[in-house]
Amino acid sequence: MLKVEELSVRYGKAVIVDRLSFSVDEGEWLMIAGPNGAGKSTTLKAVMQSVPSRGRILFEGEDIRKKSPRRLAQCVGMMLQSHLAEYAFSVEEVVDMGRYCRRGRFGREEEEDRRAVNEALALTGLEKIRRQSVLTLSGGELQRTFLAQIFAQDPRLLLLDEPANHLDLPYQKQVFGLIRDWLKKPGRAAVSVVHDLSLVKAYGTKALLMDHGRASSQGSIPQVMTPQNLESVYGMDVYGWMNEMLGQWKMPIPTAERELPEAYPYR
Amino acid sequence: MKRRTDRLSVPELAGFSAVTLAVLCLCVCMGSVKVPLGATLAVFRDEIGALLGLAERPAGLEASIIWSVRLPRVLCVAVTGASLALAGAAMQGLLKNPLADGSTLGVSSGAALGAVCAIAFGITFPGLPFAGTMVTAVIFAFLSLLVILSLAYGLDDSLSANTVILIGVIFSMFASSLTSIIVTFAADRIRHITFWTMGSLSGSNYRNALVLAISFAVFGGMIFASGRELNAFAVGEENARNIGVNVRRVRLLILVAASGLIGVCVSVGGCIGFVGLVTPHIVRMVSGPNHRRLLPACALGGASFLMLADLAARMILNPVELPIGVVTSLVGAVVFVVIFYRSRKRG
Repeated sequence: MLKVEELSVRYGKAVIVDRLSFSVDEGEWLMIAGPNGAGKSTTLKAVMQSVPSRGRILFEGEDIRKKSPRRLAQCVGMMLQSHLAEYAFSVEEVVDMGRYCRRGRFGREEEEDRRAVNEALALTGLEKIRRQSVLTLSGGELQRTFLAQIFAQDPRLLLLDEPANHLDLPYQKQVFGLIRDWLKKPGRAAVSVVHDLSLVKAYGTKALLMDHGRASSQGSIPQVMTPQNLESVYGMDVYGWMNEMLGQWKMPIPTAERELPEAYPYR
Repeated sequence: MKRRTDRLSVPELAGFSAVTLAVLCLCVCMGSVKVPLGATLAVFRDEIGALLGLAERPAGLEASIIWSVRLPRVLCVAVTGASLALAGAAMQGLLKNPLADGSTLGVSSGAALGAVCAIAFGITFPGLPFAGTMVTAVIFAFLSLLVILSLAYGLDDSLSANTVILIGVIFSMFASSLTSIIVTFAADRIRHITFWTMGSLSGSNYRNALVLAISFAVFGGMIFASGRELNAFAVGEENARNIGVNVRRVRLLILVAASGLIGVCVSVGGCIGFVGLVTPHIVRMVSGPNHRRLLPACALGGASFLMLADLAARMILNPVELPIGVVTSLVGAVVFVVIFYRSRKRG
């Protein structure tokens, strides 16, 4: 679906992404991991055309740079790392903005748009706070609002820049589950940047480990997530540390997984 | 909470229009000579009748005060207010910055500098004999915006509210002092400095009103048509890009339209500050932040606000008249502090 060849991004003289190649096919969820400053987020931005880049970026064999912004948004949706709201838009107004690329120049609100917005709100559990101002939301609710916006936008490829940011554990689980369900429909794929390596193992179908703008290793999860690969990128014994932490976790292990309360009182 | 519609409903629009019309009537009636509403409406009826060739032009002092002096002035004030408020709302959305306005960004001062240059150096455009001042003011307004935004981008990518305002204020002082220098040297040809720094719409005529109305229709129309795009920008420029807005084109369009509105207003009425800052902020409390509702409400609200400010400027020290910008700045500065304080407190 997405094929990136020899992608390079520079800011002035600094090379942020260096001749990176990767591809994502239908049904796949590519996890991009790596240390801070490895060029992970920049890679997503380059695909989204928000930073100038060199190299080929093909969506279904078509050059992504030749697509109009509106056409691009119909194919690829991107969720950002963080949003700071400034104006008191309601949750549903922000979600409705996702329909922009589906409307004409003087687009009226059609039945289809309304249905897509309602569905996205329902999926992300925001129905109860749909009329609430985004200024009053918690970080997790804000993050889900923008996830709902993307669902309403209905692209074929999802780019997620640290979707677990701002989210406490139950919501991390919920958001990742939502994306996994979203991927089950044919003709969809996702690429996400994540820091939490356990999320890579749990949800990814393949992984790309980046270091200094290059692909240090990529392929299936077991192929990439070896102790040697991780140590070469992070410069530390990741497995050893993980085991140490999980060892501590064995004592008070919460047995039953907590159900999400309907109105989650986290603010 | 009730669901906000995507556009102003008919009753809402009628409400805003009724307020604006009422303010307009009030401002025509009131002044150093008070004319009762009935008499004013009679003058309106007769004059319009005369225009249509149905009646004689009404004679008398009251009729000429109302029809030849006050009405053109009030119309100019109304359209100026609408234009400045619209430009302010558009820039606040585009930059995701509730403090943005022609005066805080230094665009008005830039436009004034352009107008003063055009008069002092006799800049005219072939084919546009009377529009030299206006076109130069618009061009200077646009260049000011470009300078301020590129300086701000140079300092920080995210274009944070404070950076933009800081650079805007510095630029504004710089442009104002250049304007003062030129006015001092060419005092015989240029209106007094206070006109360019504080604004005045006394002595406006119907031609001015027509020019302002055309600019409002053209540039304002460009802004009205970009409501959805401005919504996306108001959430964030990256957000706009992600949902498929042509970011470069829309940004250019809004910057051109805002410069056009501000430039024309400044060349007719001088710098009238804070209208574009205060109005959207107050209107947003009623209409919400959705620009498809906010923009028309702002235009009507800005017209009402400036007409009232103009009335205050005429009436407070009657028979001495204050520059209109004094009144708007008095109100605006206070509101500015409140907004700034609140936004900083929220963090």
